[in-house]
Amino acid sequence: MVATATAIPLSSPLFPCHGIHRGRSPFRSLQWTLTQRLFRRRASLTTITASVDLKPPSYPLNALEPHMSKETLEYHWGKHHRTYVENLNKQIVGTELDGMILEDIILATYNKGVFLPPFNNAAQVWNHEFFWESMKPDGGGKPSEELLELIDRDFGSFEKFINEFKLAASTQFGSGWAWLVYKANRLNVGNAVNPCPSDTDKKLVIVKSPNAVNPLVWDYSVSDLIVVGSFYVVSIIYYTGWCTKYDASMSSHGDSLQPLLTIDVWEHAYYLDFQNRRPDYITTFMEKLVSWEAVSSRLELAKAWATEREMQEEKRKREEEEAELAENEAVEMYVESDTDDSEAE
Amino acid sequence: MAMRAIASRKTLGGGLALLGLRGSGLGLAQLQRRGLQTFTLPDLPYDYSALEPAISAEIMKLHHQKHHQTYVTNYNKALEQVNDAISKGDAPAVVKLQSALKFNGGGHINHSVFWKNLAPSREGGGEPPHGSLGWAIDTHFGSLEALIKKMNTEGAALQGSGWVWLGLDKEFKKLVVETTPNQDPLVTKGASVVPLIGIDVWEHAYYLQYKNVRPDYLKNIWSVINWKYASEVYEKESA
Repeated sequence: MVATATAIPLSSPLFPCHGIHRGRSPFRSLQWTLTQRLFRRRASLTTITASVDLKPPSYPLNALEPHMSKETLEYHWGKHHRTYVENLNKQIVGTELDGMILEDIILATYNKGVFLPPFNNAAQVWNHEFFWESMKPDGGGKPSEELLELIDRDFGSFEKFINEFKLAASTQFGSGWAWLVYKANRLNVGNAVNPCPSDTDKKLVIVKSPNAVNPLVWDYSVSDLIVVGSFYVVSIIYYTGWCTKYDASMSSHGDSLQPLLTIDVWEHAYYLDFQNRRPDYITTFMEKLVSWEAVSSRLELAKAWATEREMQEEKRKREEEEAELAENEAVEMYVESDTDDSEAE
Repeated sequence: MAMRAIASRKTLGGGLALLGLRGSGLGLAQLQRRGLQTFTLPDLPYDYSALEPAISAEIMKLHHQKHHQTYVTNYNKALEQVNDAISKGDAPAVVKLQSALKFNGGGHINHSVFWKNLAPSREGGGEPPHGSLGWAIDTHFGSLEALIKKMNTEGAALQGSGWVWLGLDKEFKKLVVETTPNQDPLVTKGASVVPLIGIDVWEHAYYLQYKNVRPDYLKNIWSVINWKYASEVYEKESA
């Protein structure tokens, strides 16, 4: 299906950080610069139809043999992933979700865990795109020096990291995913900011998720940015009959989780090649399939995004403080007029 | 019935009471210590190839010898661990082990029911229910076709892994169609709900043969559903 998409122009000056926040979408195209992501709009030469497209892996379907068979890719990408895309498009056509970028659809339909109908399809489309690019032909081996340093810092050693990742993937009961994420630690209090943020606060963490859930939805700070944003954004996520009305209690600082790597542990991902032997599949994935280049690129983006977001936070805090001071000054002036002018000098 | 006693965890406070399970059909085996009863994989009442073409021999063999066996093995492990934790008074450990008990115990329970829910066509598989169950189905759902359609719809729509059930709610004396996620047994939908027919919709139950087309699996499995067994359970539980 040839699809073009036009992003709703959410890049207005009202929420400058919006593009960065939506910088999760770079995972779909690692080449984009920060600026390009800020003003993300895909032009169309024909009629503008807003639908999600079925992106193929960046390698042929037989390129991961013998570790992951062509047959598996043909079904996994050609049937499962395709079905998620088609069903999602059917669900969103003609609604306010139509034309939104995928990450926004996911966040809007997550609905604090009480999923709206398009959530499963939207999240699974994202998850599978992310999964294909987490692998590459002749994958495996070891990560870059820089990534290895962080792994050693946060897990103790590369071997310990591998074991923990394998454990998460094999103990995700039923269907789901295991993830390596970059976690920007933030204080979980309404108006507090980490007074001395340092790089060691931002950690690599392994998490696992059931069915279609992914770490994007665990970033509660998204609602914060929507507060900072405006009516414009609120109206986009507030559709009749579908979304719960946004309310301020949703806003809170939370931990931002930027996905870096994922493995699909739904049975359809490995059953043709490994049948019930999920541990063997996981080992093969780590040793022969994982693309450490993709992980490193995503890490760079995640770090840049985390830094940018911190700057936005500080700027916002400063602006809030200034606004407060301005108010207080006004009050003082009022009081001063009652006192003897000579004392003011 | 043995199934319900196993599935009910009301007796969790008395760990050994939980473990003192009557096991007709589940293949109990005695271990030496303190009457801890563990479990073995029950035999299938038919050959692996007997349910073809609805379910392939390859699937039946893997499903029984690998998946179900793993649940049994891990359930026994969890039982031993929880038994230890209970006798040491280690409350956090007992609580922590609950999910392992549920996953693996549920897996064992559900699959034990499932093998009995299936029968080769020459042994009555696929033959519609008569007697009181047939009448109850017509009363509650309108017709057998309507019931099958409902179960297939719900089974196909289930996200991820799980089961679709025809159950008997003993308290309200009615038939119900339910789905449960992962290996949650039907009793998690109500202490008085008894499984009559359960259909496994985990991908391992059909993938090698049907790939992503779960609806085809659901359509075909009815030709090997053992309504005789379901009727027996129904008559016993509604008495």
